[in-house]
Amino acid sequence: MMNTPRHALHWAHLLHRVSGIALALFLPVHFYLLSLALTDPDAFSSVIAFTDQPLVKVAEGGLVFLLCAHLFGGLRLMALESLSWTATQKTLAAAGIAGSALVALLFFLQVARA
Amino acid sequence: MSTPSEMRVTVARGDASNPSEMEFTVPVEANQTVLDVVTWIQQHADPTLSYRFACRVGMCGSCAMMVNGEPRWTCRTHVSRVLDGDRLVLAPLRNLPVIKDLVVDMNPFFDAWQRADAVHRPSRARADGVAAVNPESRPRIAADAAIECINCAVCYAACDTVAGNPDYLGPAALQRAWTLINDERHSDPAATLDAVTGTDGCLNCHSIGSCSHYCPVELRPLDAIAGLKRQVVRRALGKRLPCD
Amino acid sequence: MIDTRLYLAQRISALIMVPLVIGHLAVMLYAVQGGLTAAEILPRTRGSVFWFGFYGVFVLAVSVHAAIGLSSVAREWLNWTGTRLRAFAVLCCLALAVLGMRAVLAVTGL
Repeated sequence: MMNTPRHALHWAHLLHRVSGIALALFLPVHFYLLSLALTDPDAFSSVIAFTDQPLVKVAEGGLVFLLCAHLFGGLRLMALESLSWTATQKTLAAAGIAGSALVALLFFLQVARA
Repeated sequence: MSTPSEMRVTVARGDASNPSEMEFTVPVEANQTVLDVVTWIQQHADPTLSYRFACRVGMCGSCAMMVNGEPRWTCRTHVSRVLDGDRLVLAPLRNLPVIKDLVVDMNPFFDAWQRADAVHRPSRARADGVAAVNPESRPRIAADAAIECINCAVCYAACDTVAGNPDYLGPAALQRAWTLINDERHSDPAATLDAVTGTDGCLNCHSIGSCSHYCPVELRPLDAIAGLKRQVVRRALGKRLPCD
Repeated sequence: MIDTRLYLAQRISALIMVPLVIGHLAVMLYAVQGGLTAAEILPRTRGSVFWFGFYGVFVLAVSVHAAIGLSSVAREWLNWTGTRLRAFAVLCCLALAVLGMRAVLAVTGL
């Protein structure tokens, strides 16, 4: 009924949760496609060739962003839980997102160059 | 910023089985608090409006409500700080059952305090004299940081983990348990830690931090809960509690 | 729903994955240079005990981690509890572990 709270750490939490769900949904697909290498090598090759599509590259960049966001978000959480760092939490949350964006961009530049 | 001479106030009415909203036009005054607005409505517009308050000076913790979607102590919240244009939306505290209008049933909140074993059990009898407590000791500093809680349930209303799992103990009760665990006069800190490490205890906290963000007396339940989690991990590794 | 065992399992699996995720990111950044081809990937991984260990541990850690995380979300966002919630967690863990190990076996050929 009421709005949920609105502040930086709340958004950091939502990003952590949503990225976690998205990665968990992606993993079975990822695993299935990789196992084609054993069961159906031709299909495996065509899946790999499919990743050349520009849209697929953008989607891959998005996945890398989610992975990094979840990694940095999780590191922030564990740092917060194991040390008393409250004052710098917001900075860390922001740094986590910035770092994720940076690595995803790096990845995207690599695939785009290919 | 120009202040309007009147504000439009939307107030939640009824209860969960029969919810509704009413709109009132209320004159804007200097230094007006949100509680002043509610009182004006009850005295000048609709005497059937139910709400709860007592001290009006931020000590009793009874007047908390949702103000424009955020939990606040209304007696110490100035209208000028929260007015959205000329709009004010008032609703009962989130995460608690509504009794009527702006009044919630606080029982789930206080039940959580009981479940968290937030009861001081003295380690000394009268004849033992007064315990000498070093105010500079680390446990005492941790306990002192959290003892000014006024039980207003703003943190409980702000907490998304409570919203998702009503059995979760919530920030206030967990913070109270943390003060007891750090109180060297408390006789059984291990039992208190046990009470808050069950399936609906401190380990469910996602460190969203709304409790610390909205606490009107600027306590930091988030830090207290992180402290509890650390003690759980330390105990799992076979280490002792700070005051054991 | 989170008790001490699940809390520790979630954190320990996360800590195990920190270096693995960084390694995986590095591998990806390296592997996508010049585009992906099956002929390029498989000779690197086939028969490699190192990559089998690396990704085998990764798969097991992520199965535990994702199952606990997803069941937390199911508790709070779908209001699942009791047997249904536990069954969901176990199912997530097993499904990810089986699918993941199949993928690791396929790519390493071990």
